Amino acid sequence: MNAHDEERMKKLLRQALPPVKGEPERDLWPAVLNRLDAAPAALPWFDWALLAGLVALVACFPASIPMLLYYL
Amino acid sequence: MGNESSEVLNQFRQGPPESFEAAFETLFHMHQRAVYGWILRIVRDPAAAEELTVETFWRIHRAHARFQPAMGFEGWARRIATHAALDWLRSARRKNELTLEAFEELAAPAEADPAVSAEIRLKTAQAFERLPAKLRVAAILAVVEEQPQKDVAAALGISVAAVKLRVFRALRLLRKDLREQGITP
Repeated sequence: MNAHDEERMKKLLRQALPPVKGEPERDLWPAVLNRLDAAPAALPWFDWALLAGLVALVACFPASIPMLLYYL
Repeated sequence: MGNESSEVLNQFRQGPPESFEAAFETLFHMHQRAVYGWILRIVRDPAAAEELTVETFWRIHRAHARFQPAMGFEGWARRIATHAALDWLRSARRKNELTLEAFEELAAPAEADPAVSAEIRLKTAQAFERLPAKLRVAAILAVVEEQPQKDVAAALGISVAAVKLRVFRALRLLRKDLREQGITP
């Protein structure tokens, strides 16, 4: 596709999808507060990674279980 | 998006809980319109833009400790909003193809070219919706909304060169799709 084709495609895209502008029809602050109240306390991804690592360690080296229990 | 005092930004980042919540509310009211407008440009659906504005500020609230005041709130909020919009475009919620009725509800272009029929514009819009979301976002912001490429790059977290490449790939795929339908742009 050369520069001329590219410009033609841009023009066609602007014809098909004119720019949009707008403002929210209502104050969204109450919805944000509801969302914050409803949000469950999610575990960070690194906690899941640590758990997966521990499970893998126990599966591969069962002898490590007493050592892990000792440090818990 | 507006300018906010560094005091508000510092309170937002590392203030005690009461100051943080007050700073968050201040920043929300300063930026909600701009964030909504940015998301609307990407998703082109007012109801989804409202939902994603709420989602964006929820993500901002959750990630406040990672905010760097020197970066400014505007760019950071835009980046989070762009990623929320990208997630929405990729999700199953946007599987329905654009219909003629929905297309006619969209604003007509200011300077409609009489040589481009409504049918071709509809097919172009439908073909555009079939493109990968990350190409669509780059093309819609850089081409349709004519945002500066450096702003688009910052919002997507990529380089200006990568924005140009995504726009080029979007246009090339769009042309291919239209040609397969017998439309020669």
